[in-house]
Amino acid sequence: MNATIALAGNPNSGKTTLFNELTGARQHVGNYPGVTVEKKTGTYAVKELKMNIVDLPGTYSLSAYSLEEVVTRDFLVQEKPETVVNIIDASNLERNLYLTLQFMELGIPVCIALNMMDVAEKRGIEIDIKKLSNLLGVPIIPTIVRNGKGKKELMDAAADIIKNHTIPSPLDISYGDDIDSALAEMEPLISNATFLTQTYPARWIALKYLENDEQVQSLGDAKSPGISAKLKKITDRVSNHISNTLNTYPEAVIADHRYGYIRSIIRQDVITYQQDQSRLRMSDKIDQVVTNRFAGPLIMIAIIFGLYQFTFTYSEMPVEWLESFFGWLGSVAESILPDGLIKSLIISGIIDGVGGVLGFVPLIMFMFFGISLLEDSGYLARVAFMLDRVFRMFGLHGSSVMAFIVSGGIAGGCAVPGVMATRTLKSQKERLATLLTVPFMNCGAKLPVFVLLIAAFFAENEAIMMLIITFIAWGGALLAAKFLRMTVIKGESTPFVMELPPYRLPTFKGLAIHTWERTWQYIKKAGTVILGISIILWAMMTFPGLPETQSQFFEQQRQELLANVSPGLIAEIENANNKTKISESAQQLSDKLVAVDRVEAETALKQSIAGRIGTAMESVTQFAGFDWRTNIALVGGFAAKEVVVSTLGTAYSLGEVDPEEIGSLSDVLANDPGWNPLVAFSLIIFTIFYAPCFVTVVCIAREAGSWKWGAFSMVFNTVIAFILSITVYQIGSIIF
Amino acid sequence: MQIMGMRQMGKKQSGTITSILADGELGRRIRDMGLVPGTKIQIMGRAPLYDPVAVRAMGFTLTLRNKEADYIVVEMED
Repeated sequence: MNATIALAGNPNSGKTTLFNELTGARQHVGNYPGVTVEKKTGTYAVKELKMNIVDLPGTYSLSAYSLEEVVTRDFLVQEKPETVVNIIDASNLERNLYLTLQFMELGIPVCIALNMMDVAEKRGIEIDIKKLSNLLGVPIIPTIVRNGKGKKELMDAAADIIKNHTIPSPLDISYGDDIDSALAEMEPLISNATFLTQTYPARWIALKYLENDEQVQSLGDAKSPGISAKLKKITDRVSNHISNTLNTYPEAVIADHRYGYIRSIIRQDVITYQQDQSRLRMSDKIDQVVTNRFAGPLIMIAIIFGLYQFTFTYSEMPVEWLESFFGWLGSVAESILPDGLIKSLIISGIIDGVGGVLGFVPLIMFMFFGISLLEDSGYLARVAFMLDRVFRMFGLHGSSVMAFIVSGGIAGGCAVPGVMATRTLKSQKERLATLLTVPFMNCGAKLPVFVLLIAAFFAENEAIMMLIITFIAWGGALLAAKFLRMTVIKGESTPFVMELPPYRLPTFKGLAIHTWERTWQYIKKAGTVILGISIILWAMMTFPGLPETQSQFFEQQRQELLANVSPGLIAEIENANNKTKISESAQQLSDKLVAVDRVEAETALKQSIAGRIGTAMESVTQFAGFDWRTNIALVGGFAAKEVVVSTLGTAYSLGEVDPEEIGSLSDVLANDPGWNPLVAFSLIIFTIFYAPCFVTVVCIAREAGSWKWGAFSMVFNTVIAFILSITVYQIGSIIF
Repeated sequence: MQIMGMRQMGKKQSGTITSILADGELGRRIRDMGLVPGTKIQIMGRAPLYDPVAVRAMGFTLTLRNKEADYIVVEMED
């Protein structure tokens, strides 16, 4: 026999821990249809009863304001799970029961897991479980899910509900005379017309109309506009009456009565306190230091810096292993495959592309491990608390800071884990604004570009230039966020009504599952799309190739060089490898040959699709001081920002330049008449702001839930970059 | 007995909520977190820039921005 069980409860009540305890590795993570809210499912068996367990998002209520609440409510009424296992924090009974009450209003069978019994005990809170269970009419099992206590009893109780087919009638409490009489008037209207009653109880529909619930009202409008209008009329009448007599709203009156009902139950000696509840707890004592006006920010800087070090230092080794593995794979392909397009496609398109994506994997794993640690311990909420005042000015949220830091707020991060770090943000508008502005931070791949340009033109002021670049990135990102929040993502700031959960020691199992889940999602989803884009970029920089006459011309040059020298010299070059030293004349010939190859590569690049785009763009980019070579490099930079340097190398006939060794390229640029410090600065500005690399774009599209936002970030960022660098170049040209 | 907005309360001061003036999303979020008339609250502290404020209610701590705290009217304890 199969049954579906929904796991529901407040955030921080131990819901995810319970889910992990029950399902272990038998988990499946997906999304609810059409939204980015995660849907986790797993299985658990009690004897012959196989339970499909669905982990619903953590919510405080069943109103339809947040995405999490809508998802939870829709799942409960549409999928009709056999029972809801409602996990409740025993040390925080009153507020947790508010959600329980709303499940009962819906008439769903509920089984309560009274969790964190140990914490409640430590705080001197005693709960008469039997009495509470009788008063609520719901089975209650005490649990400590952190160590698995009560797990079996809980699932047995849930199994009993399923076997006995216990279906309770919806909870019927008084919401005060005004609301009660309105409900009495509305209920028959709803029942007689079977208005939405296949899905919801009649009284509940009436209640939602009175609460001005937009989702239910629009469902009602679609079902029967006539009845919906009648219900709204009653709602308006009651609203006016309550507003005139009590100066409040039906919604508030209903909430007050729900809490009143909970208090009336709790006051019947359900809870006894053994100690003074106002005394300071461990968490409060930690907070006195950690959120202290002076010590708080310092500790925060230290912790963020630590996370940064942890992520980027410890992931360095595995990243290098992966890079050398793909390097090895590339050299194997190099030696096995015959020269030609297939070889170029496999090496430059597939191996480099896929390698580029998988190269981020250790970085993402470490970053998520670190962030999960901060999140599960409760510290992340404190960071949001301390920084909200600053970020709010720019239409963001205190929790945005993590994403900015990881993306390269301290130069050298990476926007891919940064974009994924926005998941800790619960407010949609602030989250979107954060997602779209974190790519402005200076990620590790932009650094070689800056280093190259600084070395060529600002060598005396290296440190100051890097600092200026960091400030420009932050300033630009925050102002862009402000701009977005005033235009495309307009709207009131989401209330900062947020729980500061008590500090807890995270479990390793929880951290490991959390980290693995996110990493695997990245590999699976991003990987497929990225392979495709990487092949397209390869094709753009390869085709159509040199016309016959031109490649003949280069071949002829090579032949001429070879015709005038002795066969011995040619053999010496052909047999030479890195270790042997060759004679001076052989070296000269070899250099000449390489020079021809490089000019050929430059010409081929200029004639490729990317090159033609670059040349065509000159008409616009000349205002920012960029010629076609820079343009191609920037197009290539869309694949990964470090490609800007290697492509510039090819475009300046230096062959592919290793981003780590830029000496010769920076000399060429410093002496090229087309370059000067102003062009370099303009390019620095452009590099900070223009379209994120495609791995980031794919992640933005995934996290924002639509390709529209991925495309938006490419266009919006590039436009900003152009405006800024043209401004810099034009004003600079007038001054200097 | 003194009645004042939550923003005016100092650290460690406590009292009982008498009314919530906010409606819409903010009002609903405040009520969902258990801040309803009759709930006892205590100010735990403020962020380094004096905003938001941390409040203890019914055994847990929550945060509110000052402008959101303006909607919460509290009767002070003596």
